[in-house]
Amino acid sequence: MTDAVEYALEVVNLRKAFGGLTVTQDVSLKVRTGERRLIIGPNGAGKTTLFNQISGDLRPNSGLIRLFGAEITYLPPYQRAHCGISRTYQIITLFAGDTLEHNVSLGLLGLRPSRWQMWRPISFYPDMRSEARRALDAVGLLHLAEHPISDIAYGERRRVELAVALAQKPRLLLLDEPLAGLSNAERSTVKSLIGSISRDTTVIMIEHDMDTALDLAETVTLLNYGRVIVDGPRDVVIADERTREVYLGG
Amino acid sequence: MQFWIIQGLNSLSLGALLFLLSSGFSLIFGLMRLANLTHGAFFMLGTYFAAIALRSFDWLNIWFAALGAGVAVAVLGGMFERLVLTRLKANPLGQVLVTLGMSFIISDACLMLWGGDSIPVPTPQNLQAPTRLFGFIFPTYRLVLVALATGAAVVLHVLLERTRLGAMIRAGVDDRQMARAIGIPVSNLFTTVFCLGAGIAGAAGVLGGPILSAYPGLDADMLPLALIVVILGGIGSLLGAFVGSFIIGFTYTFGTALFPELAYIILFLPMILVLAFRPQGLFGRVNA
Amino acid sequence: MKWIGAALIASALLLPPFFAGDFYVNLASQILIAGIFSLSLNLLVGFGGMTSLGHASYLGVAAYISALLTARYGFGHGAAAFISVTGTVAMAAFFGVIALRASGLGFLMITLALSQVLWGLAYRMSNVTNGDNGVTGLTRPSPFGISLDRPAAFYWFTLIVAIVAFLMMAIFVSSAFGSSLKGVRDQPRRMAALGFNPWLVRWITFVYAGFWAAISGLLYVYYHKYIHPTSLSTTSSAEALLGVIAGGAGTLGGPAVGAALVLLLKNYVSAYIERWNMLLGLVFLFIVLFMPAGIVPGFSKLIAAVRGERR
Repeated sequence: MTDAVEYALEVVNLRKAFGGLTVTQDVSLKVRTGERRLIIGPNGAGKTTLFNQISGDLRPNSGLIRLFGAEITYLPPYQRAHCGISRTYQIITLFAGDTLEHNVSLGLLGLRPSRWQMWRPISFYPDMRSEARRALDAVGLLHLAEHPISDIAYGERRRVELAVALAQKPRLLLLDEPLAGLSNAERSTVKSLIGSISRDTTVIMIEHDMDTALDLAETVTLLNYGRVIVDGPRDVVIADERTREVYLGG
Repeated sequence: MQFWIIQGLNSLSLGALLFLLSSGFSLIFGLMRLANLTHGAFFMLGTYFAAIALRSFDWLNIWFAALGAGVAVAVLGGMFERLVLTRLKANPLGQVLVTLGMSFIISDACLMLWGGDSIPVPTPQNLQAPTRLFGFIFPTYRLVLVALATGAAVVLHVLLERTRLGAMIRAGVDDRQMARAIGIPVSNLFTTVFCLGAGIAGAAGVLGGPILSAYPGLDADMLPLALIVVILGGIGSLLGAFVGSFIIGFTYTFGTALFPELAYIILFLPMILVLAFRPQGLFGRVNA
Repeated sequence: MKWIGAALIASALLLPPFFAGDFYVNLASQILIAGIFSLSLNLLVGFGGMTSLGHASYLGVAAYISALLTARYGFGHGAAAFISVTGTVAMAAFFGVIALRASGLGFLMITLALSQVLWGLAYRMSNVTNGDNGVTGLTRPSPFGISLDRPAAFYWFTLIVAIVAFLMMAIFVSSAFGSSLKGVRDQPRRMAALGFNPWLVRWITFVYAGFWAAISGLLYVYYHKYIHPTSLSTTSSAEALLGVIAGGAGTLGGPAVGAALVLLLKNYVSAYIERWNMLLGLVFLFIVLFMPAGIVPGFSKLIAAVRGERR
């Protein structure tokens, strides 16, 4: 591959309706490779629905989604993972009864052919174990590797979610409200973790609270009622009148 | 030609019975997300009731018997729902298992009380004479059944679409959480729907008596048909139950008449086809 | 503590032919067969989160194929067994595709409907299956020329198969694939996002479960030397499901214990009470209402509680 593709993600005229309610209305956006994009909007603006269509959990009614130039609009979610998309969820979906290491290992296993192998347990793959531990170390949780998820605090679970997603070395990382429910201290830890993600990974974040994640973003897309209201570099979007309107209901 | 007419009418009457049986099943499944495996047994209770009561009491006619059985089975169903099913709200698998267990209990009880022989149910006197239409002879009772099922379909449709109860049921089918959130008494609604479904099944059992007779294993014969109808027609959809019942009625009747040994395979072909191309059933909105 | 448990189990398994009479040795063989069958169902129910009410189909079809091939068409046992298992696995592959169009209750209903269809076929295609009379006059195989007609000989044969079955299923469940199966059971969306193909994981498990059910079906027909449509019935599937749930779905040994209990109950009770089905139904209600996690988890909790109190 000689030149890197310019856009990690292109969404073209995406539309999604549930019965009579149109949640995604003619949404188009383009995210450059390596960019840090923040998608904001009040509750109900359709941010998570948009994410779900990008990750494949929902099928759009019409429109196009391209990942690094390749069309993925109707590709099933598991294949998108193999194309390089990883995501975290608003509601933490880790395996509570399993250890931190096992959770991260599952993330690693998902992309490997050995996930079909039916006679050796995961623990028999030393390279996976050490990679999982490295991923946990990167989020500062190596010391809890052997603990079950149910034992650790909420903020730590958020970091594990991040570790699982990052362990897959995604080309596109979708973070759905990664700072939700965190204390101030935890928030700054997670923020610095996100800030230190390599530029090989394009990051798109959803946050509904405008202030928290702004300093992580280079570009911002503002959604309301399923439409893109403003889209562009962070400072431009902040200064835009429409942004204030949306948040203050003006 | 008479053969085709007769088989056609048999198909319609089987379809009619299946509709009565599966409409309740579909509603219960759609609203309560419960695969009520006792449903066949509720039907069979009605048939046995008809067999025993109609022979023992001369003054009783089949319509009252249907009403009586419907009420009795509804009460039984209601008790079961209140005493057992509500305790298992968090355990949907458990709910299915207890309905299975209950079906075993009921079917064995019938075997114990009324023996292993098939007990025929007399066709009502005034409907025994065949009807002549367009030069063909039709068994009158079967015609009446078809009319009844259509009538029941209309009543249920009106109930669902025009009454407050129906609106609550439809809301619950569409989105249970939301229904609860806007104040619909979901728990009472569940009991009501379960009773309604069970009662209709019981009444259907009485009405099916003259055609099917009461015999041990009737529940095991009817339940899979109801399942196939609901899978085919779509869960929670009354129209689906109606259309599906007649499709299965025709498939089963003509299948048994033309290829007796393969009837069972022919029966589940429509279900496989629908599942392959439209897993939510012909008219369903909820995925199975 | 673990060693005592292991020793107990080993003696329970190895001693019967030496100390017990024929009746008990035969009972032990039946328990082993039911154990293999329940374990195969547990791959679906406990580890896969797919509750099937049609698992007896695979046991029954395998049994019928072997019976008909040997009794009617003069096949040798080896060839019949091979064809039987292959045919049953092919059927499981096909049924799996149909049933997995749905999940949860829809899956349950489809497996139930499919198994009822098979039962109906076994019952009504009398010129093939002999209908309600069943297929009689069957023989047991003689692997390496050793006759399995005596209870003890059959027991050793069954025990070897059971141990192999248990080990292979245990390995399957603990493997990387097994981890993906459990993950798909608990959080299918999450697993899909991680790159696992939930449908394929479930379907492979469904087919593998069908394989072991077929094996148990062969042992079943060898043991009884007779096969009847009842073995394909919903009651049969329900008994297996009860065994799995009563014993503890999702544990490895639990279903075998549950299967043993159901079998013992059935054997002893049917001597006194005719109404086995009713009792089965009542037991279902009881277990689901009061011991939903099953006996084995309940028991280990009890032991843990006792130990805890000692300290």
